[in-house]
This record gives sequence, structure tokens and C-alpha cells, in this order.
Amino acid sequence: MSAAGGGAALDVTTLTAYRCRELLARGDVSATELTRAYLDRIAAVDEQVQAFLRVDESGAMAAAAAVDAKPRSGRQPWEGVPIGLKDIFCVKGVETTCASRILKDYIPPYDATIIAKLRTAGLIFLGKLNMDEFAMGSSTENSAFHTTRNPWDFDRVPGGSSGGSAACVAASEAPWALGTDTGGSIRQPASLCGVVGLRPTYGAVSRYGVIAFASSLDQVGTLTRDVRDAAALLDLIAGRDAMDCTSTGLSEPAGTPGRADLRGLRFGVIEEYMGEACRSGVREVFDAAVDSISALGGVCEVVSLPSVERGVAAYYLIAASEAGSNLARFDGVRYGHRTEHSEDLYEMYVRTRSEGFGPEVKRRIMIGAYALSAGYYDAYYAQAQRARTLIIQDFARAFERFDFLISPTSPTVAFEIGERAADPLAMYLSDLCTVPVSLAALPGISIPAGFSAGLPVGFQIIGPHFSERGLLNVAYALEQSLDVNTVAPLAETAG
Amino acid sequence: MISRQEVEHVARLTRLRFDEDELCRLQAELGRIIDWVEQLAGLDLSGLEPTSHAASLKNVLRADEPVAGLSQEEAVANGPDVEQGQFVVPRIG
Repeated sequence: MSAAGGGAALDVTTLTAYRCRELLARGDVSATELTRAYLDRIAAVDEQVQAFLRVDESGAMAAAAAVDAKPRSGRQPWEGVPIGLKDIFCVKGVETTCASRILKDYIPPYDATIIAKLRTAGLIFLGKLNMDEFAMGSSTENSAFHTTRNPWDFDRVPGGSSGGSAACVAASEAPWALGTDTGGSIRQPASLCGVVGLRPTYGAVSRYGVIAFASSLDQVGTLTRDVRDAAALLDLIAGRDAMDCTSTGLSEPAGTPGRADLRGLRFGVIEEYMGEACRSGVREVFDAAVDSISALGGVCEVVSLPSVERGVAAYYLIAASEAGSNLARFDGVRYGHRTEHSEDLYEMYVRTRSEGFGPEVKRRIMIGAYALSAGYYDAYYAQAQRARTLIIQDFARAFERFDFLISPTSPTVAFEIGERAADPLAMYLSDLCTVPVSLAALPGISIPAGFSAGLPVGFQIIGPHFSERGLLNVAYALEQSLDVNTVAPLAETAG
Repeated sequence: MISRQEVEHVARLTRLRFDEDELCRLQAELGRIIDWVEQLAGLDLSGLEPTSHAASLKNVLRADEPVAGLSQEEAVANGPDVEQGQFVVPRIG
């Protein structure tokens, strides 16, 4: 045994996926040792963090042993590197619930395309991560099973809906994780947990086998410790897929970001996010990061996108309408929960769905059905889709003058558990800065920019469609300049 | 504002049932959410087409060739009530 740093147990707390790959390639650590080290870390901290819904210890150890059985020279670059998966991805033979009671015990008979890609690349699946039920929420409090806690402060939420994915990376329970972002569900939890969160351009990554929430907005993306890992994971999952006709892949691979300066680039600071909604501690960290961009040679100017302030309302109507349609499939016939008391078919549907869905999911199904119902379609759904057109036009106009747009990722740092749970509208406004990017199908990344009262603050960079390569290079240059700590100071209490 | 009758109507459409307390709470919550999204009425959207696809992808076609899919056994494996490879449901009321 030759674990990094000598014979002692491998310390995973500061490892990136790139570092894992190096250690494996040099033979400093075996895939079995690396996987064991992450499983031990999960055992030591997850009782507090509760990022995982299910840890697949036997599956992970078997996959690691299979990697170790191959000669190192015959392996692929990322073979043996562990990863955490949001519970929204279908993994063949592994329970997948979308954090909902209605899918409890559901065992997918197939892999999502991205899961098949990672399997082929030889990654080790550590388990399924907690989330808001059907990805509806911004705090992971809407999980039907438990609440995940922010590794920087256990009294606070990790954000959501990919809260388990963000928390697991911040707590070093996996070097990286996959999530999904519909209105901000990767970027906002990345911001609140102090990790890097990338939402690619809509269509860059296949959605086949990703349980649908709002199909015109859902996009798979990455939660990582740094920007280079985000680029690497994006290249592993991106690509056109015949099983998802909305997928197009990237126009060029993200590659390995290495840009050192930002000379010749113009950055638009979105004026609408600089107002009173942006809390003072967040504003100061944001302003300091803007100064760093200037120091790196970038030019920053304020730009107004008037329509984005209505983005959350438009998003909410569109997402709820699409969700209502997508979630009609949960009827107790083919999979998932079925009520025990059902004398006829209608009664079976009603009882199954009323027992199986949680309050926020029901609220959104109801709003969606209302917005699409006779007499209201034009006033709500069509109006929201027109507002979406306006938002797309505002972004297009801004990108005529600027290479990238920037804003805080979240107007606030992580809020307290329970603080917004009773007020749906307050929760929806958590996504103020991220939602318009989703509506316009643009790529956006949140990188850690610093801290306000000990809690992470994220910085959002937005690029034109399919600009991932440039976007990640810019994020890399800024990340190197800011040099923010991404390792949450966690005590290991169990295990 | 949204009326009690409208809440009950939409619940029927969506195959959801709520008890008396839930209905009262939902009526208030949905009413507030609907009032809040009314802000969209304040935007000048005249002449704008509703977005149908944000990245303007047009029809995507492929050759119509049979490929292997799930077996019947795999396809029904998660069914709550399955007989002879078919899903069993209660009678239509």
C-alpha cells in the first residue's frame, strides 16, 4: 500500500478530480484505496451533512476492484475516479427516487445517457444525492426524505435543488458531483456551499434518463471543487444524443482551461442585480471580484437588462406548466407508489398522487394546470413565453457589447433552515439572478468569490450560447486570482 | 385572486385531493402567487412571439429503423401490479 503521503490513510479533504486522476495514474493510490477513502469520509461526516440519500458501498467497491484488475497502461484517463450523483439520474439497477415518495423503490431498467458515458469512462458511482423533490426548490428542504445541511454552517441550507451535490463536494465526500439546473439548481447551491457550479448551454448535454421537471429549461451540469474539474466533467458528459432530440452537444470541447489574464475582454455588470435585493455582504465580495477582473485586464461596465426583473415570474409560470404535464406520468400504473385503497381507476390516480407528492410539488402542479387551463392560457402561459422572448432579446443585445455578463449568483448567503420554508414567494426569489440565464438557454457558472460572515459568496459569469470553452477559461483566470478556500472546516465525528 | 371553486376544479384536473385545511391554505397561497405573476401584465410584449424553443432548434429527424429496446420483462419490472407481462389496474368507475 502506497497511499499519497505515505502509509497513513489517504486524506481526501483537499483532493480535486484531477488530483485523484494523477494519484491513480502514478500508482500512488489504487482505485480501491481511493474509493474506500471517500466511503470512510462519507461515514465520518454524512451523519451531520446528510448529503446522500443512498450510498452504494458494494457497487462502488466492486467497480473500483474492476478498475484495479486492469493494468494501469490499459485504463482511460478518468478510470477509478469517484463521483456523486444527484438522485434525478436513472442508474440501471440502482434505486432512483428524485427525492419523492412517489418514486420510492423505483429501480430504473436503463442508464441515463450521461450515466452510461461516465460508466464507459470508468468513473466510480459513490451513491445518490439528496435534492428538492423533483428538483422543485432552492434549499433541499423539499426532499421527501431528509434535509441536507450546509457544510459551512449546519443550521443553514445548502441551497437547491442540487443541494446534496453541492454539499457533498464542499464536505469532500466526493471530488465532484453531477446535478441539474432548471432555474438555478446547480449555480445557487454551488454559491451557498462555496464550490464551482456549471450550467451548460441548453442542449449541450443529453437529458435522456434525467427525470423531467421543466423540459425546456432542465439541463445537466457539474459541481466541482475547481474550474478545471468542471471543464473535464463537462467534456465527459456533453454530446448530441439520438435519445434526446433537443441535444446538440458543444460546438468545441471545453478542454483544459489555462487562461492567465482577461485582457481584451469586456464584462457587463448586470445593473438590475446591484440594487437592494443584493445584501451588503454579498455586494462587497462581488465588488472585490469585479476589481480582480479589472486587475487581470478585463473591462467592466454596467449594463441594464430591464426584463430580467420579471424573469422569476415568467420562469415560475413556464416551469410549473411544464412540470404539470411531465408529472402527469406518475399515476401508479407502471412504476412507483400505488395507493393501497383503490376501488376504481380515478380513485387510484387521486389517492396515489395525493399520497405520493409533497406540498411544493402539488403547489406547482396546481399552478401549472391553472396557467394552462381554458380561459387563462393567454393571460399566463403565453404571456410568460412572450416575456421569455423579451429576456432572450435583452441578453442578445447585451452580448453585442460584452463578451460575458457578471452578477452575484445569489442575492444572499445561505439562509437558515426553515427561514423561507413557509413562504413560497421568498423561496422563489432565491433564484432571482440565475433564472433569466436558464430562460435564455445560456451557459452560466458560479465560482466561489469569498465570504460574508464566514459563509461562501458565489460569483456568476454568463456567456453566449455554446461559449463554454471561453467561459471556463475566464472563470479559471478569475479563480486563480481570487484563490478562495473551498474546503469547509468540518470535524469528523463518526466513523 | 383565485376562487374556492377554481381550486377544486384544478385539483380535479390534476388528480389531486386536499382536505379542508389544505384547500384553505392552497387557495390563499395560489392567490398570492397568481397576484405576483400578474406583474407580467406590466410588460409591453406587443409584437413579440412566445418562445417555443430558446435555442431555436427546428425539427430533428432520424432514420426510422428498428433498434433493440427494453424487453417486456424489464419494462414492467417496476409495475405495482403485473400479470402475464401486463399492468393491472382497478376497474374504470
